[in-house]
Amino acid sequence: MKAGLLKTYLILALFIAQKAAGNLSLAWGMKRLPSDPGANPLLYVRAMFDPFVAAGIAALILALLTRMVLLSLADLSFVLPVTAIGYAVAAFLGKIVLHETVTSRRWAGTFLICMGAALVGSTSRTTTEIGAKSP
Amino acid sequence: MRWLLVAIMVAATVLSDLLQSHEMKRAGEQSVGARGLARLLRSIVERRFLMLAIGCMAVSFFSFMALVRVEPLSFAVPASAASFVLETVLAKVVLKERIGIRRAAGALIVFAGVVLVGG
Repeated sequence: MKAGLLKTYLILALFIAQKAAGNLSLAWGMKRLPSDPGANPLLYVRAMFDPFVAAGIAALILALLTRMVLLSLADLSFVLPVTAIGYAVAAFLGKIVLHETVTSRRWAGTFLICMGAALVGSTSRTTTEIGAKSP
Repeated sequence: MRWLLVAIMVAATVLSDLLQSHEMKRAGEQSVGARGLARLLRSIVERRFLMLAIGCMAVSFFSFMALVRVEPLSFAVPASAASFVLETVLAKVVLKERIGIRRAAGALIVFAGVVLVGG
């Protein structure tokens, strides 16, 4: 496997892990809150001081930056479908960690996402010119 | 109201991703190490289109939050997936990416999957 392709897939894996960890931590933290924040923005600000919510937000910010790095290495039309694997990871984590109910319809969707992502992943990661190489 | 929110969310997502992709390709290959992330943050500050992309992302996020307050998540998630198809088309038209049959078919299969997951 070429070094550029390997780097792209490693960063893709990192992005999916950060996004999954961020969403999981955020969901866990929001469920621990003593009261439903509803429409009150102050309660959302207070929620950010919960360690799980704060860790979730930090992981999602890192995921955002990692996705930008990914966009410097691969086409948008490549990144969009392959990062959708995150939906599948979220379904698995929701089932295993948060004990959520995952319907057969959702599993079917998860299967389609993985198939589609694999199909896109088999195409060339970039079809346009990339600016400068990193120093 | 719900379709207005969907339209704002999709338009903001599409614009944000197109700007990010264009600017990140111009910025050159980035990395995820400490030095790489510092360089990336500097790029964000220096490139106004990247700042605009982050602004669009915030608009998209708050539109999504507003949407899930008035509509079920089972509507909001598949509706947000509409940006998949639009972005793939615009990646070809605006960013001049070459989208073959395999990539187009893969994107459509993923779109169908996201609609099922959200439904």
